[in-house]
Amino acid sequence: MRLEPIADPSLARKLLPPVLAIVGSFLVASLLALIAGGNPFAVFGAIIKGAVGSKFALLETLNRATPLIFTGLAVAVAFRAKLWNIGAEAQLYAGAVVTAVLGTGMLQWPAALLLPTIAVLSMLAGALLLLGPALLKTRLGVDEVVTTLLLNFIFLLFVSYLLEGPLKDPMGMGWPKSPRLIPEARLPRIIDGLRLHWGFVLALIAAIALWVINTRTTLGFEMRAVGQNAEAARFAGMPVTGVILKTALLSGGLAALAGFSEVSGLKGSLTLDISPGYGYTGIVVAMLALLHPLGVVAAALFVAAVFVGADAMSRALDVPSYLADIMLASALLMMVLAILLTKFRVVRD
Amino acid sequence: MTDKAQAQTVLRLSHITKRFGALTANDDVSFELKRGEVIALLGENGAGKTTLMNILFGQYTADAGEVEVFGQVLPPGNPRAALDAGVGMVHQHFTLAGNLTVWENIVLGTQALGALRLDAKAARAKIKALSTRFHLAVDPEAKVGRLSVGERQRVEILKALYREARILILDEPTAVLTPQESDALFATLREAVGQGLSVVFISHKLHEVMAISDRTVVLRHGKLVAEHATAETSREELAALMVGGEVSAPKIEAMPPGPALMRLSGVSTRGEGRAPGLHAADLTLHAGQISGLAGVSGNGQKALSDLISGLAHPVAGSFEIAGEPVADWSPRRALARRIGRIPEDRHHTGTIADFDLTENAVLETYASDFARHGWMDWKGARAQAEGLIATYDVRCPGPDTRIRLLSGGNMQKLILGRVLETAPRIILANQPVRGLDIGAVNYVHGRLAEAREKGAAVLLISEDLDEIMKLSDVIHVISEGRLSPGFARGTMRAEELGQWMAGEGFAPLTEAAHAS
Repeated sequence: MRLEPIADPSLARKLLPPVLAIVGSFLVASLLALIAGGNPFAVFGAIIKGAVGSKFALLETLNRATPLIFTGLAVAVAFRAKLWNIGAEAQLYAGAVVTAVLGTGMLQWPAALLLPTIAVLSMLAGALLLLGPALLKTRLGVDEVVTTLLLNFIFLLFVSYLLEGPLKDPMGMGWPKSPRLIPEARLPRIIDGLRLHWGFVLALIAAIALWVINTRTTLGFEMRAVGQNAEAARFAGMPVTGVILKTALLSGGLAALAGFSEVSGLKGSLTLDISPGYGYTGIVVAMLALLHPLGVVAAALFVAAVFVGADAMSRALDVPSYLADIMLASALLMMVLAILLTKFRVVRD
Repeated sequence: MTDKAQAQTVLRLSHITKRFGALTANDDVSFELKRGEVIALLGENGAGKTTLMNILFGQYTADAGEVEVFGQVLPPGNPRAALDAGVGMVHQHFTLAGNLTVWENIVLGTQALGALRLDAKAARAKIKALSTRFHLAVDPEAKVGRLSVGERQRVEILKALYREARILILDEPTAVLTPQESDALFATLREAVGQGLSVVFISHKLHEVMAISDRTVVLRHGKLVAEHATAETSREELAALMVGGEVSAPKIEAMPPGPALMRLSGVSTRGEGRAPGLHAADLTLHAGQISGLAGVSGNGQKALSDLISGLAHPVAGSFEIAGEPVADWSPRRALARRIGRIPEDRHHTGTIADFDLTENAVLETYASDFARHGWMDWKGARAQAEGLIATYDVRCPGPDTRIRLLSGGNMQKLILGRVLETAPRIILANQPVRGLDIGAVNYVHGRLAEAREKGAAVLLISEDLDEIMKLSDVIHVISEGRLSPGFARGTMRAEELGQWMAGEGFAPLTEAAHAS
């Protein structure tokens, strides 16, 4: 058996990866559910019910998807330009820190002025955090996978220091958390009484904006060109280094919006556990979306539904919720395999 | 000839068919090779020559048909079996380890893995004997990394002979050689067939085919279209068979040179790894002239082309365009000075494979001509691509086709169109027709000749001396980063240029020049 390249894959072949990924992950999860003593149909029934079966469940899924859309977009834009940003987690926290610093009373402005200010400065913080590794890459050829990955740990320790020191809530009974945000610094709910904030809408807008940038602007053209073939882009006169730096700023800014949205929209204060690895899960989301901005929305919804659904299923059926992690991991592996199948066909000798 | 007709058949290809997706690379190809015979496998690039030889050597598996060597059917897809049966292949791209010596390279892979010590003495003796017998002069103790391209090819041939090859397959062996080295290779091949070996010689150069082969097999679009005794055919007939029609090459009429558009004096650039930089190069490009740059590949062509493209800067000397010294140099500035660039590697430098024709058509001009305030004008870009497709006869399904799906010739026509549409004053054409079929070659040459007539200064870089001599008003030779003086059209014979290509006639390089 050998692989032979396919020159021009059909549409059906191109749509194969996400379908195969989802079906494959369900099959793997079924097997594990059986081993854990559950009936796969009952397990998936419970997951689906827990993810979208009620108004509460649905809103929970949308809330969970919000930061994943931001980090997914951050990774997608960077990866498309072959800038391997593994540091969305740190950039998320950079946005969260700025939000906590500015939103807890430092600026006493009306919401219409305060929220955009915080959002923009959060983005700036995330952008600057990725600018360092990007400069090291373009100037000295330092591998950004290493620098961005390690910055995650450094920055998390820095946040931990802030929460034990300058940012610590004096009324927090000793817990490492920031004071609560003032009401003007909170992203309001979209509809009164429903637990879903404007961060979700902001995430959708960001996805559409990124799609427009990619397809309609010179920057998008340059980012795609640099990612596909930097040598040809340089030969054609594109400012390759500048494009990489702009991509870094955009990517870091998008990831920081996840932190802004979580602190301002959902939690109301900064703690060390506002992100259970959204920065890393963003990589999975972006890969499942094949780096397409609108695909990121769909992938983030899928990933969020699996997590939220698995939590509910675990409470109901006593099957461990780690099943969610396995489903995502297998979905990603299937995706990688299936992408291979869009480019090659298997030939029997 | 008659004794060869009765000679033993050493190789028989029967009904070989090979498909890659929709493309049929070989379509029911059959021929035989006799003992002591040289067969030339002739065809344009993409005609299926290399595919056929890779099937013979077991690197590909044919969809149908079989290969018989000395009466034994070879198991498909097994290079080891082909080697053991006595088939030796010299690839276009050599497969040698640069950090090992010549004899180590030759012995590599011939001794059992478990053997604790190589029998170095016997191996060296055998190599020495082979190299005298076949006039393959090469020092067995030299590191391969230090050898010239011609010497490396000799090592490849020795490697095949060392493994007792009775059938030698040479894939475009002269592409990297000077005319003198090619002659030496032919002498070796004559010696080999004299001693009972058989040779398959793959080429698209007609004069070589006429010079060396007993029989000629012509492939076109994967099909065997003709098989002739070489003595009974002619260059014209073979050329027509190869392309399937009449061949018309552009005529270059003499015209007086215009003003100097680009002048390099004493320019040096930095080398890159093994590739040399320029050493005190003098070159003047005049309007209305094609300047040809001949040379064996890897002698600084890249350095000169990078400099003119805007990718490299001079470190010494003066570099002037239209009388103005060049400061602050980049690809974008080169484009702004109206330099059109046809890069050497159209797949990796000239185009972005997964971009469609529209995107590739505006790769150099999107910012100036197809965007406003950062927004792309895709409608205009598409119209531009459609215009190029029509004007430059780019055969493709449409402007939304990804460019990787185009043949090399059509890809090159798009790049040519992209360059010529900007009405460049200076045109850098680096290997503009490498790998193209004769139809596309003539098209590209014709367009370059047209640009020359309109007053552009063209620098044509090529490793094909025939191409250089056919098109150029002035010929320079490059060797180890040094440029020869310009020789006017018709003043030099190929052999004389070949001596310059081999480095004769240049002032010796000083150690300092090497170090810089």
